[in-house]
Amino acid sequence: MATLELRNVNKTYGAGLPDTLKNIELSIKDGEFLILVGPSGCGKSTLMNCIAGLETITGGAIMIGDQDVSGMSPKDRDIAMVFQSYALYPTMSVRENIEFGLKIRKMSQAAIDEEVARVAKLLQIEHLLNRKPGQLSGGQQQRVAMGRALARRPKIYLFDEPLSNLDAKLRVEMRTEMKLMHQRLKTTTVYVTHDQIEAMTLGDKVAVMKDGIIQQFGTPKEIYNDPANLFVASFIGSPPMNFIPLRLQRKDGRLLALLDSGQARCELPMSMQDAGLEDREVILGLRPEQITLASGEGNGLPSIKAEVQVTEPTGPDTLVFVNLNDTKVCCRLAPDVAPQVGETVTLQFDPAKVLLFDAKTGERLGTAGAPKAEAHSANVAQFKGR
Amino acid sequence: MTSLADKPSISLSRIAIYAVLILAVLLYLVPLVVMLLTSFKTPEDISTGNLLSWPTVVSGIGWVKAWATVNGYFWNSIKITVPAVLISTAIGALNGYVLSMWRFRGSQLFFGLLLFGCFLPFQTVLLPASFTLGKMGLASTTTGLVFIHVVYGLAFTTLFFRNYYVSIPDALVKAARLDGAGFFTIFRRIILPMSTPIIMVCLIWQFTQIWNDFLFGVVFSSGDSQPITVALNNLVNTSTGAKEYNVDMAAAMIAGLPTLLVYVVAGKYFVRGLTAGAVKG
Amino acid sequence: MSSVAVFSKASPFDALQRWLPKLVLAPSMFIVLVGFYGYILWTFVLSFTTSTFLPNYKWAGLAQYARLFDNDRWWVASKNLALFGGLFIGITLVIGVLLAVFLDQRIRREGFIRTIYLYPMALSMIVTGTAWKWLLNPGMGLDKLLRDWGWEGFRLDWLIDPDRVVYCLVIAAVWQASGFIMAMFLAGLRGVDQSIIRAAQIDGASMPTIYWKVVLPSLRPVFFSAVMILAHIAIKSFDLVAAMTAGGPGYSSDLPAMFMYSFTFSRGQMGMGSASAILMLGAILAIIVPYLYSELRTKRHD
Repeated sequence: MATLELRNVNKTYGAGLPDTLKNIELSIKDGEFLILVGPSGCGKSTLMNCIAGLETITGGAIMIGDQDVSGMSPKDRDIAMVFQSYALYPTMSVRENIEFGLKIRKMSQAAIDEEVARVAKLLQIEHLLNRKPGQLSGGQQQRVAMGRALARRPKIYLFDEPLSNLDAKLRVEMRTEMKLMHQRLKTTTVYVTHDQIEAMTLGDKVAVMKDGIIQQFGTPKEIYNDPANLFVASFIGSPPMNFIPLRLQRKDGRLLALLDSGQARCELPMSMQDAGLEDREVILGLRPEQITLASGEGNGLPSIKAEVQVTEPTGPDTLVFVNLNDTKVCCRLAPDVAPQVGETVTLQFDPAKVLLFDAKTGERLGTAGAPKAEAHSANVAQFKGR
Repeated sequence: MTSLADKPSISLSRIAIYAVLILAVLLYLVPLVVMLLTSFKTPEDISTGNLLSWPTVVSGIGWVKAWATVNGYFWNSIKITVPAVLISTAIGALNGYVLSMWRFRGSQLFFGLLLFGCFLPFQTVLLPASFTLGKMGLASTTTGLVFIHVVYGLAFTTLFFRNYYVSIPDALVKAARLDGAGFFTIFRRIILPMSTPIIMVCLIWQFTQIWNDFLFGVVFSSGDSQPITVALNNLVNTSTGAKEYNVDMAAAMIAGLPTLLVYVVAGKYFVRGLTAGAVKG
Repeated sequence: MSSVAVFSKASPFDALQRWLPKLVLAPSMFIVLVGFYGYILWTFVLSFTTSTFLPNYKWAGLAQYARLFDNDRWWVASKNLALFGGLFIGITLVIGVLLAVFLDQRIRREGFIRTIYLYPMALSMIVTGTAWKWLLNPGMGLDKLLRDWGWEGFRLDWLIDPDRVVYCLVIAAVWQASGFIMAMFLAGLRGVDQSIIRAAQIDGASMPTIYWKVVLPSLRPVFFSAVMILAHIAIKSFDLVAAMTAGGPGYSSDLPAMFMYSFTFSRGQMGMGSASAILMLGAILAIIVPYLYSELRTKRHD
């Protein structure tokens, strides 16, 4: 086990072609679980292949522990990888699959047997050892693929979308199991996925990637509560964050966002009073669960009336869609209080929780410098005190 | 199709379909049956009877005479075919492995250039090839023919293996590399054990191609080094003496039997080779 | 961090591993460049020389091509190729498609029937030619058989009729290749989405209509492949002519491949033989370049 550090890693496939990876800077501690997440084609798999040594980087350095492994071949990096397709050797039995890497490394047969037994027990695949991969179910193949990685006891584990070939139910089961396994073994792990739920649930650290660039790197909580830009905000969270394009105005010295539902208008006071934001095209971001039904009077939060267009009960909660500023807005409400279609409801939200993004660049606005979580709570307190 | 359209009842149209199919079976079989019947007839039977008349005396004389004439050439064909098939298949497997799993800058261009070899009319290389064989001292030898068949069989053998291997997921090779296996270890331990079907296809394809070859045989061999096809053609088309059709037909059967046998035993792979080699072009 | 010298830390083993794929492919690359393209170029050069029994490199310009176009035998061979190729491709396609469609009707013993249709493809063209030469023998072959069977006025002497001898080549070639085309189309038919056929049935179409309007049009790529392969076989046809007619009577059944062989290797006209080989290459290119182009284009769309 070891730390992993990527220093300004770059990758191009040739002059003239766009960069596949641009100035990647990441570092994780020993035993941490790092998620690389992003849409397909964002470079996450390339980055993983570069860490594995299956592709060579064209700039920067990859450090495992204190060692620069950038020029090393995959076999010398002491890493193991689990593939999306599992990549089990089809002509070998499960046992031979697990043994293969150990045999090539010239481990003694006694030690190999011991290792296979340990891994098989850990993954509960002892009864499968003599079968061929073709005779196994998807979930079983997945375990064998993990077993092959575990048997090598490498410094770092790489997982390339290991759950995406499983059906929905099994995927959730295996997700929990992987988390348990990691808590037990405390292995340094890099995990590639396009599934934001896996990213949120499994990772100690998450790197959100797009177009070969790391958009944001932080804990799942930071990524969720404090997205660096419009892309991260839209990619993480399900149902996704609502985005309402509008223009900020200044009235009586206060910065206001005007929300219009056709039924009513609401002037939303914005907490960030920085100069230069008025008359600017912005996108207002609001998570569905931050919108609540107005409960009685006088909690001081701004409220707006709107007509319900569609409702989607999902079981634990009901998604209610209304129109604000000609944009479909999703509210996540408890099923017992959810309104009917056609009903007019009064919605409320904490202006301090609202995020602002530049309409042109997608960059987050009004977060300059200050530690954000604190700034927010301060603003809320200030607002409530008024 | 009209036979189908005209019949209102399903059973009638099915009878028509079966009739056409069975008639076609008979027509396809006629040449083989005639060859067999004729080869077992005496010259007298041949001149008095007709193609499909049963021999009054079943005589092996045609086969005996034919074997005496062509057996040396039969062994030549084996001496040419066996090594050429094995070598070209082995090289094709390695080429296909590189072209599908270890691509490098230019390897795709090379594959394109090689593909054209599947269509190459060999007439355009006959003269230079014969000069080269002469320079190498291999003119009119079976070794020379082995060499020629290996060279001009490469296009197809490589194509077979390359197209088979591209369907194997890359992740398998990646996993093996992470396990510490090198180029040849991956080939021998992972890829080759998965290749049995395509090896069969390739062996059978090459065997029929090389055994049945006439052009290279007639150009690059002479006298004692000729393959069976050339010997058969010489036998059938000599104008000296009375024609012994029973001998001709027996010789044709001898020349055709090895590939027919392979077809009967491993027809599945033969058809796959034909369609893979042809459709993929 | 510097972006250079990433490779410098590679061990000799790694360096070897990196070069192995190229090393393994190198001999084949050499063979292809020399044995395919080098030799084509060489033949091309020879076609511009005065070479006869031995190669020489005296420049003759287009003289060999001019001689070729003045040569009656070359024209006979070319016309024969057009006739033979056209009939061979057309008849083989019709028979192949028909048999494939019929065989696709859940036929009992289909495997056995298929095996019979396809066995000629396993035979050498020399064997095929020998067999058909005997079958078409005037006076002793089918000619006599059908008269014996009661068709008194039957005559079949095409093999010695200079105007009809090409049809003999067509018959033998169709017999050999039609089973293969059948197999290609049968594979294509098996790949057709069955729900399309069911949808057409629900729309009320009869089976012949469904095949003619829906199924066969969806096999267009197979048609293209089949035509290309058959044209390729036709242009390269040499063994069949050699075994069946040796180009005769006279040179009335000559094909370009036969012409090339006899002028180059029997008559000592290397220059002219090379010119004819180059023209054959041109014919093949005219067929496969559009084919490969469309193949590659459709593959990119996938």
